[in-house]
Amino acid sequence: MKKNYESPVIQKMNGGLMNKFGTRTEYEPVKQIDGVSVQSLMAEFGSPLFVLSERTLRRNYQDAYRAFSTRYPNIQFAWSYKTNYLNAVCRVFHQEGSWAEVVSGFEYQKALGNGVPGNKIIFNGPEKTNEELKLAADNGSLIHIDHFDELFQLLEISDQLKRKPRVAIRVNMDTGVYPVWNRFGFNYENGQAFDALKKIVASEKMELTGLHCHIGTYMLSTNAYRTAVKKLGDLAWKCKTELNNPLQYIDIGGGFPSTNTLRGSFLPGTDTVPSVDEFAEAISNQLQELGYGSTDIPLLILESGRVMVDDAGYLLSTVVANKRLSDGRRATILDAGVNVLFTSFWYDHPISPAQDFTHHTEDQVLYGPLCMNIDVLRQSANLPLLNRGDKVVVHKVGAYNMTQWMQFIHMRPNVVMIDEQGKVHLVREAETLAYIEQQERVPEHLEKISL
Amino acid sequence: MYLRKNIATSESGFIFNPATGDSFSANPVAAEILRQLKQGTGAAQIKEWLLESYEVEPLRLERDWDEFINQLKEANLLES
Ligand SMILES: Cc1ncc(COP(=O)(O)O)c(C=O)c1O
Repeated sequence: MKKNYESPVIQKMNGGLMNKFGTRTEYEPVKQIDGVSVQSLMAEFGSPLFVLSERTLRRNYQDAYRAFSTRYPNIQFAWSYKTNYLNAVCRVFHQEGSWAEVVSGFEYQKALGNGVPGNKIIFNGPEKTNEELKLAADNGSLIHIDHFDELFQLLEISDQLKRKPRVAIRVNMDTGVYPVWNRFGFNYENGQAFDALKKIVASEKMELTGLHCHIGTYMLSTNAYRTAVKKLGDLAWKCKTELNNPLQYIDIGGGFPSTNTLRGSFLPGTDTVPSVDEFAEAISNQLQELGYGSTDIPLLILESGRVMVDDAGYLLSTVVANKRLSDGRRATILDAGVNVLFTSFWYDHPISPAQDFTHHTEDQVLYGPLCMNIDVLRQSANLPLLNRGDKVVVHKVGAYNMTQWMQFIHMRPNVVMIDEQGKVHLVREAETLAYIEQQERVPEHLEKISL
Repeated sequence: MYLRKNIATSESGFIFNPATGDSFSANPVAAEILRQLKQGTGAAQIKEWLLESYEVEPLRLERDWDEFINQLKEANLLES
């Protein structure tokens, strides 16, 4: 039998310098996901292909739930739809007990469609139309007001509502993490937030139920959450004592990091990010210091997104070609690019070959298939030499890609979910030309073309 | 085409150029080519042998060969 071939290369060795990553995890072959072979998945569903692990989704939820519920008696997760709103994913979290957190009318309708009762939908975001607000109010959803104009908008439509809308405000604040996210919500430090709360209570047209903040995403500091809880706690206390309006909940948003590695950071994410347990410890301790008795402790709501799904998502891709660039670097072209992997703009996603290879590795740049300069999956990845037709597995792609992907140059591929029994389900079909064009209309005078 | 006389190669693919102090690692196919070049085997013969021993198309090999020889030149490992 002939031996496996690999393009011959030599690589200069740098006097004893350690590989930047210090581990070989990136070049262990990954031949299966949850016991299902990568080759067979691609043979059946094509390339590129997104794969979701239901087992990992559920495990992530259960781990996070345990981390908080063992430290604080009254908690509720709400699935952040924009992180991944494939219905199959949402339903896994709803089955586990998550409410829905949405930021648009479109997401709101999706949550209803997934069977979430209106009073378990949190409606965030800076833009809500009158129609959307009316629907949310009548359904008893939790409307999180983002700015004064929205507060007045709600007052204006209040006569048309079947019931008092249940509202909270989003609060922004300095948590010691820079840059400060002050774009959404009402500011704590300058008194704007308390002003808004006073207006809501004084109007008597709304039911003030809670407070919300989302202090940032991929947060690396547990202390920032302590500060956030302290400041929301202070507002909640004032609602109770000064406005005579005790609150039902404190929603501290999302923001816990997944173990992905931020682009350009020296250490891999697995070594640098705090665990959910550490966040839970900080948040629960701070909540306990707010001084509530056992009968009136507020519900703690969490809107965690990326930490729940990132590592449950994989992108399988095929090598299209190899190149040697004029500056000597090796380049590998894959059939999946930034069109489907939006998060490669901020993460260095780990990438593993899906077949055996020799020990020889080389730093290489990984390009996608787009005829566009921006299409770079990894500026530099230390990988074995990959041949045309070889398969790779891109890890931790479950968050924000299956929502922010673009139909640009290529169509979006199949998405499958592997259930806990190892059965594979198609959860989103690859797009077709007909699907893309069904929304287009060609004016009559442009119908005829003769070249 | 010959490898410079003083270049040291090992079976595991380690290459050392004592003239410059540079060291390189070669993957298995490259190490095999270097071993044969060192013995003075000609390019045509090496290629023929590669085609017989490895799962590779002639066109692909031809392309890889040119690129590999370029790498050796750039690394100063070939007799000029
Ligand atoms: C209001 C709100 N909640 C929750 C999330 C989820 O955040 P993450 O994925 O960082 O947990 C976001 C994301 O931007 C958000 O805007």
